[in-house]
Amino acid sequence: MNGTNDQWLLRVSNLTKIYGEPDERTLEHTGPEWNTNICPFTDSIVACAGVSFDLYPGEVLGIVGESGSGKSTVVKLLYFDLEKTAGEARLSPYDDGRSDMLAASGQQKRRIRNHLMGMVYQNPRDGLNFRFSSGGNIAEKLIMAGQMHVGGIRQRAAFLLEKTEIPVRRMDDTPANFSGGMQQRVQIAKAIANNPPLLFLDEVTTGLDVSVQARVLDLIRELQQELGIAMIVVSHDLSVIRMLTDRTLVMKNGRIVEGGLTDQILQDPQHAYTQLLVSSLL
Amino acid sequence: MIENTKYKNRWNFAFIDESTKKEIRRKLLKAVAIPGYQCPYSSPEMPISRGWGTGGLHVTLAIIGREDIFKIIDQGSDASVNACNLRDFVHAMTGCGTTFDTRKATLIQTRHRITEEALTDKQIYVLQVPQPEPLRSVERYEYRTRQMHGEADYAKMWVSLYESYVRHGDILLGAGYPVRVNGRYIMATTPIPRWDIPNLHQAETPYLFGAGREKRLYAIPPHTTVEPLEFEDVRFHIEDFSGALCYQTGYGKAFLDEIYGDDGSRQWVVNDSNFLDKLKNGETIVPFMNPYLEKLPS
Repeated sequence: MNGTNDQWLLRVSNLTKIYGEPDERTLEHTGPEWNTNICPFTDSIVACAGVSFDLYPGEVLGIVGESGSGKSTVVKLLYFDLEKTAGEARLSPYDDGRSDMLAASGQQKRRIRNHLMGMVYQNPRDGLNFRFSSGGNIAEKLIMAGQMHVGGIRQRAAFLLEKTEIPVRRMDDTPANFSGGMQQRVQIAKAIANNPPLLFLDEVTTGLDVSVQARVLDLIRELQQELGIAMIVVSHDLSVIRMLTDRTLVMKNGRIVEGGLTDQILQDPQHAYTQLLVSSLL
Repeated sequence: MIENTKYKNRWNFAFIDESTKKEIRRKLLKAVAIPGYQCPYSSPEMPISRGWGTGGLHVTLAIIGREDIFKIIDQGSDASVNACNLRDFVHAMTGCGTTFDTRKATLIQTRHRITEEALTDKQIYVLQVPQPEPLRSVERYEYRTRQMHGEADYAKMWVSLYESYVRHGDILLGAGYPVRVNGRYIMATTPIPRWDIPNLHQAETPYLFGAGREKRLYAIPPHTTVEPLEFEDVRFHIEDFSGALCYQTGYGKAFLDEIYGDDGSRQWVVNDSNFLDKLKNGETIVPFMNPYLEKLPS
């Protein structure tokens, strides 16, 4: 389509999610200028609106903002956990980036999810099935991608667990018996099982203690450098953003208020909210 | 004089009223048209409680005619309580012929077995189903399982088989082993043993499944591909009786029941009662044949 700059892996334009029944005034009367995302006329809630950005292969993009700013919504929309209200997202390996992946059929979406994306949720219970063993959780992804050889599945699962520093002999234990950090690493192993070009990380270190956080972040950085996966990292924690990301978007009340290189944003924040965010960093 | 059959009895022929029978037949046609698809139906009240064979009874009564010869088995036996009572009921409501002989029957209803004797294209086979949803063990919500069937999203089912293999070294599903029908839907084989599952594949006979409590009908039409779920390196296999033979007939190529004696000794006997009788009387029998049975030493 765009012959000049179609290097992008993911192109998101005008992505919008509104709960309730909005009218034509809703978008005008919500957002950071109004310091709310609830429409005063219709009580509809603008989770995110007009979110547009490009993500390039191998790039790590951060989305930062306070809770309720819509950052998780963006990722969940892109991972098909939620249905969009408006906007589109194109993924270059899907139909050569010609069509909106959010408008694809359920079956196609599942295919995209299994082959082209990985997701690590804040809560391991969202990403893992605690009734299956950790090997089984990884197997689920592999089976969905058509791997039907138990020996092959176990080999790959062992390889991934080793990569994420989980003792392979715990492969047949359920993640319920693991510590929080280990659960998170199983989730990461599952998310990268099919070598996806794109990985979403939604508040992955929230709720982990600092030393475990550091190991999980190290792991993510290592995987990123080794496999060259493009990532979208959602976090309210600026140190996570600083450590992982090349480029950052700052969100407030469902809108992007500022975007740019992470260093630049942290050194020289332009928007008042970003300044507040940076200055309140402990 | 033309006999007045309509008002001869105080009940309608085959107990269920005509419009409900019509509804069940239409749903059966749909089920046959989409092999393995669970078709919702009305599941009308029966004089037995739901879950005790009403689904099979609905199918039987909806399709039975006066000329039909009816056979019903429960776990292979013609003489168990469930089989006897349902046979009496169907006979009383229709006046159809009844038989124990698999060969003579035109309509066979069953609970949890397929006969050892090969079925023909002149027969219809009706199975009572307790749980029609193969995905129930991995997904508790009905709306989710329907979506999963709609999108052929069966990864969870496969993972549960993987888990079973990892934990126990084998896929431990004795009865109701899931199969893929016509390359599309995954279907619960009502609790028939693994032994019977290869007999569903490319069969001569239509298999009709009725789940009365769950209000679902489904079907395997004749000559339909039915594959048990298996991995490339963990294959489906039938029950292994380790060379045990029937103590009454010395037969080894049928599904066997294990019988314990008072002294703790064990004996095996052919489960299919009509098959056993025929073996004992030395009648000629054409049993089902499939690649799994052929592999057994004779």
